Amino acid sequence: MWLFFHKLASPPYFYALAGRLIPWFGSICLLLTVVGLYLGFFVAPPDYQQGEAYRIIYVHAPSAWMSMFIYVVMAVCGAIVLIWRMKLAEVMAVASAPIGAGFTFLSLASGSLWGKPMWGAWWVWDARLTSQLILLFLYLGFMALYSAIEDRRIAARAASLLAVVGVINIPIIHFSVKWWNTLHQGPTVTRLDAPAIDLSMLIPLLLMFLAFKFYYATAVLIRARHELLLRERATAWVRKLLERAGA
Amino acid sequence: MSEFFAMGGYGFYVWSSYAITAVVLVLNIVKPWLASRQTRRRLASRLQARGDTP
Repeated sequence: MWLFFHKLASPPYFYALAGRLIPWFGSICLLLTVVGLYLGFFVAPPDYQQGEAYRIIYVHAPSAWMSMFIYVVMAVCGAIVLIWRMKLAEVMAVASAPIGAGFTFLSLASGSLWGKPMWGAWWVWDARLTSQLILLFLYLGFMALYSAIEDRRIAARAASLLAVVGVINIPIIHFSVKWWNTLHQGPTVTRLDAPAIDLSMLIPLLLMFLAFKFYYATAVLIRARHELLLRERATAWVRKLLERAGA
Repeated sequence: MSEFFAMGGYGFYVWSSYAITAVVLVLNIVKPWLASRQTRRRLASRLQARGDTP
């Protein structure tokens, strides 16, 4: 087991392994999306209160979950960077940020498109929406900080510190619908008792959630490989790789 | 069929949120993929220019 982790942390091994995993993760993501959307649009019935508009949930909720999940991954990588100075953790944190920012933007955009017909407003300064907007700024701050410092290793350490401090926002987002009286509805899936959603709607939702997880795995590995290539361009293994590709 | 696209009058909201999601997710795959391909080409041509390919 330790040997595996040790091997995984070696750039050429990670680069090759990621290259082999990307097509698999990508295909699983596409398959889950097709099945999830089919069940979500053709099998699940319309909502008794919101009619067909609720179908936005199949992209909205998974985007919002992923925006928080990716942030936690980024913060854990950030902590590893600060404690052990592990290069691969730097690469993973840096590769995660733009994808997480994308999901955060999507949760806000699709939420806005859902809020307009249901609440009558594109935006309200409600606790859930505001804390999610702060999450977007944390992602953008991480990316800006990383690109502002020339030396990639120092930049990664500075940005990691921001990521670790910012993780305080995650429980705030999650519990915002309970702590404050918000317009945003409370949790429907992650409750201690049974989920407040019918199975015919829950199954496509969970499939879309899994699809987005595999999407993240695909996207993060593509970005991580690129970042690794840029950082290690002067090393022997990259030279060998390029020579083999050119031959 | 047109009833399906109308989404009970919410068509604009439902399809815009799916469209924007698709655009962002596809861009977040295609852009880094193209960038990585370009980097590989740039590094390979630099290597060749130095003339030390075996």
